[in-house]
Order: sequence, then structure tokens, then C-alpha cells
Amino acid sequence: MRVNWSKYSAPMAFYPLAGRLIPWFSVVAVALMGVGLYMGFFVAPTDFQQGESYRIIFVHVPAAWMSMFLYVVMAVWAGIGLGLNARLSFMMAQAIAPTGAMFTFLALLTGAMWGKPTWGAWWVWDARLTSELILLFQYAGVMLLRTSIEDLRRADRSSAVFSLVGVVNVPIIYFSVKWWNTLHQGASISMTTGSKMAATMLTAMLVMTVAFWLYSIAVILARVRCIMVERESLPVWDEKPAVIQEVVEAR
Amino acid sequence: MQWGSASEFFAMGGYGLYVWTSFVATALCMVWEVLALWRRRASVRAEQRAALLGDTDETTA
Repeated sequence: MRVNWSKYSAPMAFYPLAGRLIPWFSVVAVALMGVGLYMGFFVAPTDFQQGESYRIIFVHVPAAWMSMFLYVVMAVWAGIGLGLNARLSFMMAQAIAPTGAMFTFLALLTGAMWGKPTWGAWWVWDARLTSELILLFQYAGVMLLRTSIEDLRRADRSSAVFSLVGVVNVPIIYFSVKWWNTLHQGASISMTTGSKMAATMLTAMLVMTVAFWLYSIAVILARVRCIMVERESLPVWDEKPAVIQEVVEAR
Repeated sequence: MQWGSASEFFAMGGYGLYVWTSFVATALCMVWEVLALWRRRASVRAEQRAALLGDTDETTA
């Protein structure tokens, strides 16, 4: 089947497509969260070193991965927006920021919940934690910059430049546990040495990650639809023909 | 399965506070985000409706 992708880059075609996709992503996300939680709590064994506290991993690692991944995706959309001057790309970047910020906050919060029983401290100024906190400030910066600039085009461009510059922090977060001597444990999964976890633990974590990923797609598509209407004010996109008819008759 | 009883499950080997705070906070954030988007969408639609009807009658829209 050939799909004309360029067709969907136009807001008017993208809007209904996004609307049709949201329920599917939502349903699969909820189902996978159920599976992931079941595996995480009932199938995965107790950790021989950390006891049950390690189970925080099933939200902590997916949230932390999403926080970094969404930042990169946001920056890519921002870059495409700057390069092609495409409105939809800027709107995508705008829609991603709040969800990315939320996952960054959750990664930090669940990290504190894990740090207290394992390290004896809610927070330490180690490279991994500090760079992740900076990521939260970056998300906040991107969003504040946007709201503080009245002119939409200027807001788009400045927040895009800001997010592109900030991308350097993502590899710093990721490799911080290698580059510096951190309290934070090393990567759970490594490209070179494979996984250091029990198979069921790893599966549960990956299932939760996919679930968070699909959740993010669903909420971001829902948000970009709101943004599109707010910014472009094309009123009939979302209305069923019957409603339009009703409106016409009311006139 | 490693839980002998429900209370054992909720105790999480003594780490219940940390484990459940993490999971509940994550769930609350997600639910809040979805509800916020729901409200935003409702207000967007109300505005759309108002814009469509606004030309004829400002008060009923």
C-alpha cells in the first residue's frame, strides 16, 4: 500500500488522522501498562541486593528514558520547523514539551524514592542527577520562552533555538554514569555487554517503556490537536457534517 | 509469585512507602495530564462552536 505521507504534513489532513490514531495508542498503552505492572509486581523476582525497593525501576527507567527521548524528538521537530519554516513542526515541538517535562519530573521524583532506601539520601549532586535536573530546567525554559513572547513566529523560533542548543545535555545525561564517578548505578542495559538484569525484570521494564512511549504519542497528538485549533482557528475541522448543518441552519 | 498475603504485597519488604509513592505519583501525573487535555479540548471546542455561531448571535453561543 502506498501512502502519500506529504499529504499528512498539511495541518488539515494531519488533524483528523491524529484524531483517529489517539484511541488506538491509548488502548494499547493502557493494556501494556497492565501487563507491565503485572509482570513487575507478580512475575519479576525480588532483587538479591536491593530487595523489593528495586521495583521502582519499572517506572523510574521508562520515565527517565522518555524524558531524554522526548527532548530529542522535540528538538528534531524544532529543527525541522526552523529549516523548513513549517508551522506544524513548531506545533509538534510545542506539544511535546509538557509531557517531556512531566516525565523528567517523574524520573527525578522516583529517583529520590529509590535513592533514599539505597543510598540513604533523597538527593545527591552527582553527575546523573544534576544533568537530569538541568533537563527539567531546559523544558521549563522552552515553555516559559514560548509563553513570554507575544509574537507566535518569534516564540516558535526562539524556543526552537533554545531546545536545539540544549540537546547537548542529552548525551551528557546518558553517558554521565560512565564519564564520571557517580553514585547512580550504571546502565541497566548496555549495547556492548547486554543486560545485567533477570529476564523477567528486563521484560517488565521494556513493556512499561513501550507503554509510556505509546501514552506519550497519544497525549502529544491530543495536545497538538488543541494547539492547532487554538493557533489556526479553523473552526470546522473537528465538526461532524450534521453539526455544521445545524450551525448553518442556526444562522 | 513472591507474595504470601495482601499485606505483604503492600509492605513491599519494608519499602512500601518508597515503591508506592513512586507508582502513585506517576499514575496521578498521567491521569492529571489526560484530564487537563480533556478540559483543554472541551474549551477549544466550545470556542470553535462560539466562533461558528458568533456571527449571528453573540449571547447564545
